[in-house]
Amino acid sequence: MPLSSRHLLGLQGVPKEDIQLILDTAITFREVLERPIKRVPTLQGKTIVNLFYESSTRTRISFELAEKRLSADAINFAVSTSSVNKGESLKDTVRNIEAMKVDMVVIRHAAAGTPLMLTKLCDANIINAGDGIHEHPTQALLDMYSIREKIGRLEGLKVCIVGDIAHSRVALSNIFGLKTMGAKVSVCGPSTMIPKYIQDLGVDVIYNIDEAIQENDVLNVLRIQLERKAREYFPSIREYIKYFGITSERLEKNKKDILILHPGPINRGVELSSDVADGPYQIILQQVTNGVAVRMAVLYLLGTLN
Amino acid sequence: MNIKAKLVDKEGLDRILTRIAHEILEKNKGSKNLVLIGMRTRGEFLAKRLQQKIKDIDGVELPLGVLDVTLYRDDFRTRLKQPQVSVSDITFDINEKDVILVDDVLYTGRTVRSALNALMDFGRPSSIQLCILVDRGHRELPIRADYVGKNIPTSLNEEIKLKVEEYDGEDAIYLVEAEKK
Repeated sequence: MPLSSRHLLGLQGVPKEDIQLILDTAITFREVLERPIKRVPTLQGKTIVNLFYESSTRTRISFELAEKRLSADAINFAVSTSSVNKGESLKDTVRNIEAMKVDMVVIRHAAAGTPLMLTKLCDANIINAGDGIHEHPTQALLDMYSIREKIGRLEGLKVCIVGDIAHSRVALSNIFGLKTMGAKVSVCGPSTMIPKYIQDLGVDVIYNIDEAIQENDVLNVLRIQLERKAREYFPSIREYIKYFGITSERLEKNKKDILILHPGPINRGVELSSDVADGPYQIILQQVTNGVAVRMAVLYLLGTLN
Repeated sequence: MNIKAKLVDKEGLDRILTRIAHEILEKNKGSKNLVLIGMRTRGEFLAKRLQQKIKDIDGVELPLGVLDVTLYRDDFRTRLKQPQVSVSDITFDINEKDVILVDDVLYTGRTVRSALNALMDFGRPSSIQLCILVDRGHRELPIRADYVGKNIPTSLNEEIKLKVEEYDGEDAIYLVEAEKK
């Protein structure tokens, strides 16, 4: 059963069967990553361009590794060394890249909707690697994969997303994906960082972190994005730590058994204390490993569609 | 499935596997250094039975792995259906081992080609020997089997279906009319 779409733009409206297929396929690639030779010839002859208009380490390296491990030809495009500096528009850049016969484009851009626009500009399969504060579907998929790997299911699980919900594409993709898979999703953060109509997506809002810890099986803790002017939404970092920072004392006080995810990079001592970030509850580095497998699954499923 | 003939029944299949188990031990002068790898789906169960046969004869339980070759296929561009992938399960080191690769039917040889590529990614075995239950001819690549259950020359509009108890609910080999593509 192939995917129902030839692009991955977000998880909003993606059917449960598709998410299930991606997560199941990722198990195969997870096994490939354990082999002495971590490479399969599946996408031989396919060319994939990584168009990153925003800085990224984890996601870009993860996609690049996934592409190489599927034997695709990967081309990296970094804005700083490209003709974007000479004033070329995105549209022209993409048309030029397509003229070079590219099969797939992985795009990250600060403007929401850019991946959707690309689907109308060119024939390649488009994968969204993060568009503004809209969606980051592969991150949510790898979060769901990691939760499922650890706990064994998603259905009926209580997951709380903690932090800056208003400016987070990870939060939105997680909400869409987890809801589709039957999890019970809530969000927790300072009221200035919770969007006004978030309940319309069918999520609960919790303003107290202790309550969020008690009520949930999984916490997906977001990074406080200081580069996106996060500091303007609360009085001081110290105050954020006091009310929303997750420390081992707080975890022990409220509940012993909880799973903690973080999409990275961590602000140590802000959203997670250092001992929690290295502690027994978190699976942050497994998430990174799983990310490569999940991205391989997405590339494989889209790249072998006829 | 339009059956033209039942070629082998349960007892027949068992006799074939017993003979092949003896041939494997004869050719390799015992079971030392051997490992079994079954190809998903039915090769896995056939390999498991060979493992038991060899244990009955020689008293040694050979390591058994399962190989899924979907990712190594060369027909992604021509097939309409996207094949389902599943996990390979080889938990032991195949370096310097004599690998017995087990599959049900040998036809064009393309699946075996992809299996050889896949095995090379797991290590460098000292030899790979191919064990096949039915050779139906029509090879498209220079590949031959070391152990053959039955040679059954077929026409292109026929197919061989091998069934195993564990997966299909019965042990048998059928000659059937090919499904229209």
